[in-house]
Amino acid sequence: MPKLHSAAELEQLRADILASRDAAKPCIAICAGAACHGLDSLRLVSAFEEEISKHDLGAKLDIRATGCHGFCERGPNVVIGPSNICYFEVKPDDVADIVTHTVNGEVLGRLVYTDPATGQKAIHLDEVPFYKQQTRLLIGDNIKIDPLRIEDYLALGGYAALSKALFAMSPDQVVDEVKKSNLRGRGGGGFPAGLKWETAKNAPSEDRYVIVNGHEGEPGAFMDRALFTGNPHKVLEGLIIGAYAIGAHQGFIYTRHDSPQLISHIERALVQAEDYGLLGGDILGSGFRFTVELHFDVGIFVSGESSALMHSIEGHPPEPRPKYIRTSVAGIWDKPSNLNNVETWANVPQIISRGADWYAGIGTERSKGTKLVSLSGHVANSGVVEVPMGTPLRTIVYDIGGGVAGGKPLKAVHLGGPMGGSIPQQLIDTPLDFDELAKLGAPIGAGGLIVMNEETDMVEVARYLLEYLTNESCGKCVPCREGLRQMLKILTDITSGKGKSGDIAQLEDLSDVTGAACLCALGKTAPDPLHSMFRYFKDEYEARIAAGSAAK
Amino acid sequence: MSEILLQIDGKAVKAVAGMTVLQAARAAGIAIPTLCDHPDLEPYGVCRICTVEVEVRGRKNDVVSCLYPVARDLVVRTRSEKIDKIRRVILEELLAHAPNAPDLVALAQEYGADRDRFAKEPSFCILCGLCVRYCAEVKQKNAVGFIERGVRREISFIPEIAEQECWDCQECFAICPTSAAQAAYFLTEALAFPGKRKAHAHDVSR
Repeated sequence: MPKLHSAAELEQLRADILASRDAAKPCIAICAGAACHGLDSLRLVSAFEEEISKHDLGAKLDIRATGCHGFCERGPNVVIGPSNICYFEVKPDDVADIVTHTVNGEVLGRLVYTDPATGQKAIHLDEVPFYKQQTRLLIGDNIKIDPLRIEDYLALGGYAALSKALFAMSPDQVVDEVKKSNLRGRGGGGFPAGLKWETAKNAPSEDRYVIVNGHEGEPGAFMDRALFTGNPHKVLEGLIIGAYAIGAHQGFIYTRHDSPQLISHIERALVQAEDYGLLGGDILGSGFRFTVELHFDVGIFVSGESSALMHSIEGHPPEPRPKYIRTSVAGIWDKPSNLNNVETWANVPQIISRGADWYAGIGTERSKGTKLVSLSGHVANSGVVEVPMGTPLRTIVYDIGGGVAGGKPLKAVHLGGPMGGSIPQQLIDTPLDFDELAKLGAPIGAGGLIVMNEETDMVEVARYLLEYLTNESCGKCVPCREGLRQMLKILTDITSGKGKSGDIAQLEDLSDVTGAACLCALGKTAPDPLHSMFRYFKDEYEARIAAGSAAK
Repeated sequence: MSEILLQIDGKAVKAVAGMTVLQAARAAGIAIPTLCDHPDLEPYGVCRICTVEVEVRGRKNDVVSCLYPVARDLVVRTRSEKIDKIRRVILEELLAHAPNAPDLVALAQEYGADRDRFAKEPSFCILCGLCVRYCAEVKQKNAVGFIERGVRREISFIPEIAEQECWDCQECFAICPTSAAQAAYFLTEALAFPGKRKAHAHDVSR
């Protein structure tokens, strides 16, 4: 692999890659994202390979194992480029048929999407209802990329934004562009990324660090790993641009120890980027040096909390510290450390290449760009969804998600993960917007959206989430460890028919203290699901308690 | 060192940059209760009983005074209905584990905490970490540490280190607010190296 020494060499390499490829040649993209992988899509990949070599069709057909396509519900997914014909629930037995039809330029009707309600068929990706209403700026490239080949990313214009930042912009201009774009952190807080960058950049220190938070520990969230596993270079490019802007020479990627596919893709991406001179001593001949280290979590939810994550990188147990001084000022080894989530970093290259004005044109007044959503629960079409900020939840749940599975009535949607909140179906027209949803007590969080049908037991939902948090708390501070312990006991009593009058008041009293006095955000927001329950579903709690008392 | 003027409970207090609100309050003779604080140890900020209300440019916030740095014109209130409630509930939660610990009982009286509010789970340890931190920071032996997480968190002596280091130290016993450190040590001794301590102590040739 030749090391690139200039922007011109990068463009020459890109031109060479494109010249070596025939854009009109059909390419079979097989989803090997987490869900399809679980459905043994790698067997499909080998079946396609065998079929193609058996008939010596290598000159007529390409195949590519890719990251997550998005429509997990109907996996394994296969998309035939360049016209993006979509086949769903593909089995190894279908492979011969697909190959024959593709070579003949035909569509295999039995595997295309059929609308369960109207019976109408949808052949191409942009006609499938699940995809039609999405704006797939981040996840859309997944079908065009073999995550193990940097050349696929380069062919789509990869690292051009880095080259632009390094050679046509000063670090200050990059920070200004991100500030102007109004990109807000995708990890849950929604803090303006540009402001954080500026703080880290201006904090007095010789050394500073940039970090990708790829922990994604919450139940019901799977969009970050879909993006990171499927397109690791997009995240890495964002990180390198951020490092240049902030003046960091060392970066960390902190991610899951239990996702071997994700790990191998990141490791491979780091090696390839370094081989091409996109990481390391003298990036693209610009004189800017930057290296990245990969770190793994220790299998506990709180290690995704920024200060706990930084403790973990230092080699300590992942326990948070109070952030009276921000981590962007004093983080890893007390040096300024700018941490952003996977999706936040992935937004950076397009902001640099297409400009802040373009980016700020997408979304609502205070929530810009698109948002990845992990759609799951009692929904017909679960999967990874990407929509512009401001999209009504109704569009996500009904138009994209196909409504509640089995046609049952909707009861609630839960957003924001285990420290988020549930809102009732009457609020389904609320836009996907940081501030609008926070006002309702159901923050966007990282982007998990769980659909709940009318049979859902809302007391059990809160009990389940609290049990999760009780196990995932580090146990360091009293109001989290002990407050959650006592709240969980009361909720367990209510769900097992042993509720007492006064339980709600007890829960409110405990959650007041836990919410106010905990050390970190996990503890402080742990009572939030319960607050949303008391705001919208209090009747259900009262009825359960009354029934429990009566049964005695 | 620059002098900083702040206000605690309506009283003008002088402090030095780098001090915490707790240090400034104590220097001014204003009492704030603590459980995990110790003069020889780094502030830890986990018992949360020293929570106070601070006001910066009109914005109020609840913070732990043992870690919050003093700042010019900071307004601090060490008591309020909300602060008292935080302290009361924390005490009630801890009294479920150590119902007779003298420090807790005394504070419970001051804050009207009900010792019997929650069902007893007498582990005796309140996980203030004084033993763990004393052994690490002052003695630099790490003979006792935390194990597990969340509600399963507990202190545990590491037998291999405890066998070598603890028999003529045991300084953590005196700083433990509930005597749980002592109990944990002797349990470790009984399980891992019974009788060893005695034999060791009587071995005058060493």
